[in-house]
Amino acid sequence: MKNGAKALLTLPPAVYLFLFFAVPGLLMLLASFRFPGDYGGLAPWYYVEDGAITFDLTLENWARLFETTLYLQLLLKSLLFAVLTTAICALLAYPLALTIAASPKKHRDLLILMVILPFWSNFLVRIYAWMIIFSPQGALTEGLNHITGLLGLEPVNLMFSSVAVITCLVYVHLPFMVLPLYANLEKHDPALLDAAQDLGATRAQRFWKVTWPLSLPGLYAGAVLVFIPTLGIFAIPDLLGGTNGIMIGNVIKQQFVESRDWPFGSVLSLVLTGITLVLVVLAGRLGRTPGALT
Amino acid sequence: MLEIVNVSRRFGDFQALNEVSLQVQAGEFFTLLGPSGCGKTTLLRSIAGFDTPDSGDILLDGKSLLALPPEKRPVHTVFQSYALFPHMTVADNIAFPLRMSGVGKAEIERRVADVLEDVRLPDKAKHFPEELSGGQRQRIAIARALVNRPRLLLLDEPLSALDAKLREQMQIELINLQKEVGITFVYVTHDQGEALALSHRIAVMNKGEVSQIDEPSLLYSSPKNRFVADFIGQCNLLDGKVVSCDGATTRITIDGLGELAVQSNPNIPFNVGDDCALTLRPEKIRLAKSVAPESDEVHFPGTVHDMLYLGDVTVYIIEVKRDGHPVLIEALLANSAPGRARLLDTGDAVEICWPRDAGHLVR
Ligand SMILES: Nc1ncnc2c1ncn2[C@@H]1O[C@H](COP(=O)(O)OP(=O)(O)OP(=O)(O)O)[C@@H](O)[C@H]1O
Ligand SMILES: [Mg+2]
Repeated sequence: MKNGAKALLTLPPAVYLFLFFAVPGLLMLLASFRFPGDYGGLAPWYYVEDGAITFDLTLENWARLFETTLYLQLLLKSLLFAVLTTAICALLAYPLALTIAASPKKHRDLLILMVILPFWSNFLVRIYAWMIIFSPQGALTEGLNHITGLLGLEPVNLMFSSVAVITCLVYVHLPFMVLPLYANLEKHDPALLDAAQDLGATRAQRFWKVTWPLSLPGLYAGAVLVFIPTLGIFAIPDLLGGTNGIMIGNVIKQQFVESRDWPFGSVLSLVLTGITLVLVVLAGRLGRTPGALT
Repeated sequence: MLEIVNVSRRFGDFQALNEVSLQVQAGEFFTLLGPSGCGKTTLLRSIAGFDTPDSGDILLDGKSLLALPPEKRPVHTVFQSYALFPHMTVADNIAFPLRMSGVGKAEIERRVADVLEDVRLPDKAKHFPEELSGGQRQRIAIARALVNRPRLLLLDEPLSALDAKLREQMQIELINLQKEVGITFVYVTHDQGEALALSHRIAVMNKGEVSQIDEPSLLYSSPKNRFVADFIGQCNLLDGKVVSCDGATTRITIDGLGELAVQSNPNIPFNVGDDCALTLRPEKIRLAKSVAPESDEVHFPGTVHDMLYLGDVTVYIIEVKRDGHPVLIEALLANSAPGRARLLDTGDAVEICWPRDAGHLVR
């Protein structure tokens, strides 16, 4: 292909990224140095007086990030939640994807359909369902507290806790881990396992020496798909988290919607985007192991 | 050394192997040859342990292998698709069986280097399989299967993915390699030329049964039945009936050719009236515009029905019409001198003859 034709092919995604990622990103960057408007929104960032331009920008919004440890703590906690959610999803999804990939061809599509079935109902409805499950009058809490009562322990409340948030985060994001893992595992050549066994590898050795390293790109892809939305999520901690389960996404939403402090909201968003970008690039590096299935 | 005893295997109502028995000697290059679907892979997988026969036994050095899982059998396989681990370098691929059996680090390094030398790819150790050509991958697969010195090496159509030129070259290398390492090879192919070129002995299989086990030259010169005669090399198969048998000579009638004398087959007793087939290799037939038959030759006039130029030889299909029925017989002329390729033309009247002992009588 000629260079001109190649450039033409990369043009649409480049335009797309420019319009929907670079431009909004730069606007946010600008907003993070501006003053909030008197009634929310943003104050003008320059004045024209007698033909001279004065800029009205500040570093205060960024300084606020470090004034208290509150925001950094919250950021760290959100990272922890996202890492935990990703890890639990991986632990649950791996055996599931492995089982589906190993089942007879005619059953696989049905099993995958069952994995994505929850997507057919509304996201919020599914979170409300968890509110009912976790509610103090729910069978789960009552059953648990029956046991804690017998053991002479304090009754627990599942609603508005980190446990509730992480459980729901895992529930919502599990399919995003299962699908790329399955797509990877399903492509493994079964002859490789035969060869490994033929050459003396036990079942465990076959898994750790062949299946596992070859599945890493799928695992990284799934991890990225779970980690990114989890890190910035606000709906689930909003509804299930209470004050304990709050995440950085909630604060960002607060800045934009309730406090109407767009500049500081922009600062927090940019930090989150920066962390995400770094992690995605890292995962991309890891996912490109030599010789791995693409 | 390897003994297959009455092994049968059924898939649903399809009999993939039927009472297969054979013995492979230590150090032998033994080939399973047969058309697609005759059960070669199934038999090989049973030896490796990936499939379990319904009945019968498989013995290695007198001990049954059947109770052992594949990873415990001192048998390694070269898979048709190579099955090299794509995430490991060539050196790691070859080291794999050594690591699995707990060989020490220095020893692994030495043996990997040695076997890479054996397959003549010493500078590819650090490469990944996807960076190698088909022939190189094939050699690495063989190196990986050989490095741990298995008692038995199984090869399932290892050359079928290579082009003709490379295949020929690899055949020569395989013969030399097997001689060098002295390991017993059980080789599967459906290519009779490959089997004849490589093997010490060949088992010809048909529909899950062993048709004949013999050295290549014997398989070619004295096939035991029509299937083997037809499958190995080019062959004229002339159906007939036994008229009389008297020691060394049997007289038969063949539709279209009438009665003729052929050499008796000492291994297959015939009675008068039995159905039989005369197998006749094209290269045993003399063909010319006119030939003077020797005293022990049979002789027929015919016409050239078709011809096929193959480069080194031209194949002629000769139509012989003695008593009404036309019979088509294949004969060859070597294109040894310029102009010989066009010696005869379609429709030419020719004569063919062959010595009495050229044909081989089978059931
Ligand atoms: N697991 C199985 N289930 C059902 N049928 C099978 C199975 N394995 C093999 N067969 C059947 O057994 C027959 C013999 O198969 P096999 O693979 O041994 O043939 P082959 O001689 O190796 O042929 P090819 O030259 O094409 O590789 C085939 O008809 C195949 O369909
Ligand atoms: Mg086969």
